[in-house]
Amino acid sequence: MSNITNQSLSEILESIKSKKISSLELTQAYIKNIENAKKLNAFVTTTFDHALESAKKFDNKPNNEQLLSGVPLAVKDLFCTENVKTTAGSNILNNFVPSYESTVTKNLWNNGAFLLGKLNCDEFAMGSSNETSFFGNVINPIGDHLVPGGSSGGSSSALAADLTPATIGTDTGGSIRQPASFTGTVGLKPTYGLCSRWGIVAFASSLDQAGPMTKTVNDCSIMLEAMSGFDEKDSTSINKKKESYSKNLKDNIKGLKIGIPKEYRVDNMPKEIDELWEKGKKILKDLGAQLIDISLPHTKYALPTYYIVAPAEASSNLARYDGVRYGYRSQKGKDLIEMYENTRSEGFGDEVKRRILIGTYVLSSGYYDAYYLKAQKVRQLIKKDFDDSFTKVDAILTPSTPSSAFKIGEKTNDPVSMYLNDIFTVPVNLAGLPALSLPAGLDKQGYPLGLQLIGKALDEQKILNIGYAFEKNCGYKNKIKKWWS
Amino acid sequence: MSKEKFDYFINGEKGKYEVVIGLEVHAQVLSNSKLFSGSSTKFGADPNKQVSLIDSAFPGMLPVINEECVKQAVRTGLGLNAKINNYSVFDRKNYFYADLPQGYQISQYKNPIVGEGKVLLDMPYGSKEIGIERLHLEQDAGKSIHDMDPSSTYVDLNRSGIALMEIVSKPHLRSPDEVNAYIKKLRTIMRYLGTCDGNMQEGSLRADVNVSVRKVGDKNFGTRCEIKNVNSIKFMQMAIEYEANRQVELLEDGKEIDQETRLFDTKKNETRSMRSKEDAHDYRYFPDPDLLPLKLEQKLIDDLKKSLPELPDNKKERFIQEYGLSSYEANVLVSEKEISDYYEEVAKLSDKKLAATWMMGDLFAMLNDKGLNISNSPISAKNFAELVQSIKSGEISGRIAKDVFEIMVESGDNPKKIIESKGMKQQSDPKELEKMINEILSKNKDKVDQYKAGKEKLFGFFVGQVMKLSGGKANPQLTNEILKKLLKG
Repeated sequence: MSNITNQSLSEILESIKSKKISSLELTQAYIKNIENAKKLNAFVTTTFDHALESAKKFDNKPNNEQLLSGVPLAVKDLFCTENVKTTAGSNILNNFVPSYESTVTKNLWNNGAFLLGKLNCDEFAMGSSNETSFFGNVINPIGDHLVPGGSSGGSSSALAADLTPATIGTDTGGSIRQPASFTGTVGLKPTYGLCSRWGIVAFASSLDQAGPMTKTVNDCSIMLEAMSGFDEKDSTSINKKKESYSKNLKDNIKGLKIGIPKEYRVDNMPKEIDELWEKGKKILKDLGAQLIDISLPHTKYALPTYYIVAPAEASSNLARYDGVRYGYRSQKGKDLIEMYENTRSEGFGDEVKRRILIGTYVLSSGYYDAYYLKAQKVRQLIKKDFDDSFTKVDAILTPSTPSSAFKIGEKTNDPVSMYLNDIFTVPVNLAGLPALSLPAGLDKQGYPLGLQLIGKALDEQKILNIGYAFEKNCGYKNKIKKWWS
Repeated sequence: MSKEKFDYFINGEKGKYEVVIGLEVHAQVLSNSKLFSGSSTKFGADPNKQVSLIDSAFPGMLPVINEECVKQAVRTGLGLNAKINNYSVFDRKNYFYADLPQGYQISQYKNPIVGEGKVLLDMPYGSKEIGIERLHLEQDAGKSIHDMDPSSTYVDLNRSGIALMEIVSKPHLRSPDEVNAYIKKLRTIMRYLGTCDGNMQEGSLRADVNVSVRKVGDKNFGTRCEIKNVNSIKFMQMAIEYEANRQVELLEDGKEIDQETRLFDTKKNETRSMRSKEDAHDYRYFPDPDLLPLKLEQKLIDDLKKSLPELPDNKKERFIQEYGLSSYEANVLVSEKEISDYYEEVAKLSDKKLAATWMMGDLFAMLNDKGLNISNSPISAKNFAELVQSIKSGEISGRIAKDVFEIMVESGDNPKKIIESKGMKQQSDPKELEKMINEILSKNKDKVDQYKAGKEKLFGFFVGQVMKLSGGKANPQLTNEILKKLLKG
């Protein structure tokens, strides 16, 4: 029984269905784990009472027809949860309790899951190490000196440490895939528009996308199926029939064409990343896939483009936090303007301020054409690169990140080196495509490394299938010693 | 139409100046809910009672375009003979203000929903075409209330997010009178279309006025000043008058005009600098990533076009053709859709010309007096038509008709019933009239003699006597004829 929490979501669901374990026992096991894992700082808020009550309710009247029957889930604190504090990792929302539930979390609850707690993240999802959170940095279960990645660092840490059977994050430039890669877990950024953005605290609206973070590819398909779907409250939501990703999961990838983009071999990339990539290619080739060299010529412009588009949108999205209608309000200041200034000065952290400044600058008259407009044009070229490639291949294989998890504090004083960590993930957001990060091996320090499968728009099923086949033949297994408890 | 000459110029020492005016009219769209949220748009609710999470910019809230507002903008565009753009984009206009919860206004910048169009004005010196530059959709802001508390400003977000159409004219207007005619014409068109109620008191129609001056004959425009948010035509005219003269004075003194935004002080009747060009907001416009570009199918536009009501210009032509009205009469009667509807109902049942005369005379005077609209006139169109017919048929005289009209206003009764019950029917029986007149003549033999001796002015006296005796009911025309005949004899 004590081992239930290190099982996969699908195994847990099976145990609940077959009554090997009750929802209450499961929930209690996770609560125990969470209470023993305070050192990781993965949680901002716990909702144990709600979870226990929901579990009891489920056990009294089990409904096993649902995708996530009787399962407690912790979610990134960027999703608004009704009557549960939602902070986005920011001081400016440290007391914000929404009266509404985000569409994505509502979809999870409608599929039988219930809330276990809210997971730490970089402030407004701006960061790659979970060190920008107002609630302190999160620690990677892989090692007490390591960052868990970001911005969904609380999610990756909690998942890897068995504090939740699966979780959800958001990915604006890699915020699901990079932390998944750093913690040896699976993370999927779906096609832009597949999951509703309604009720998710916005960072960069044209890039933000919620997605699952899980221990296995099968779990990932179950979670995606539960959380996705058209939402008329989000104008950018895609209106299409819901797919049964888990039911349709297949490990036969014979004949599929896998693109290998030459531009993803960057300078100073550790040798082990290259080796990992080679290993991945070999696994897929052995499974009958065909490897094809492709070129995504505008890849090198992706990061600068991203760091214009994302801050531009963020600078506008974050204008609403003024201390008036909700959230933190400074008590200092002699008039309204000073109250605004103090509220925003005290409410936002350095990284958020940095991006607001960049964003405001690139949109300013006289600079708009040189920065924002040019970035939009480059974005189209990046998208076209992918479109062109997808006429030749079914999916693209790349490393997820240019390094394994780095040390806490290692990059906090060097924003650009921090930003460089997103170099392989960012192009996907700019193109609005789905991409899956899979744990694929360890570096020489024993830290996990991930590979990324990029698919055509709305081709989640295909990359999940490839991932599923890969997973079976890769043999990667997280071996985390629970040093924190 | 009498053709007067356009003569709005400002004469300076150094020459004669022409005033160039362009308007940015903000018209609130008539719709049940706001542009991007489901909140009600009804005017007059208690503060902050019609505010959704979207209007108050809660975290994670997203705008969803209200289809009806889009249709209203298209209808208005069609009514302005404008090009409807199948592709338009919503942009964010970023600025920080207490009554703008999002910190940006969703508007349209480079790609508006409606492009160039035109509006025809009837001026005393002929008809004049005013070009429309564009029409775009945008969100209204909330309202800051500064006069409720000495130390605080209150914010009411009921208006936050209501759809506005910003209608930008070309700089084709040349006088306060033309501005008056232009605003009224826009208002009429939108009220016909049902796209804006045009209520200036409630703020559904507001305007920013761009004013510049130049010497008559100059090809280039002068430097313009923008006067913000003037909310009545009268104030607009006063502001233009003041501003144009201020600019001419500057030029006459050899000074330059600063391009700036100015406010009109209604108490002092002057404009005041609000901010200079250097201090102008940098709105950092960019396409709103929460909204997809607005793509309109041609069929939707065509269907809306087919379903448009008859518009004032067309109706005016028809009134002239069909009812034989003068251009002036037709203009007045089409100025409000309700007035034209009323008139048409009356004209169907009575003499068309006489109906127009009586409507524009007594009916309008009465409504004006009582501060009523035609739609809540105490006299129904059907009753009014009967009154007109009674005059036309000679059943009652014009003078009696005024009395009947008064009673109709008070009682709302049918004129036939009033005439019957009060015995107000005109005396048109020649025999009865002759009898009456003979009686009067015999009582006033001295006057008859004087008349016959050449004092023809006395004719009026006899008519008066007949009217007195008949209680005003004698048919004036017959009375005249019979009197003349008998006085001759």
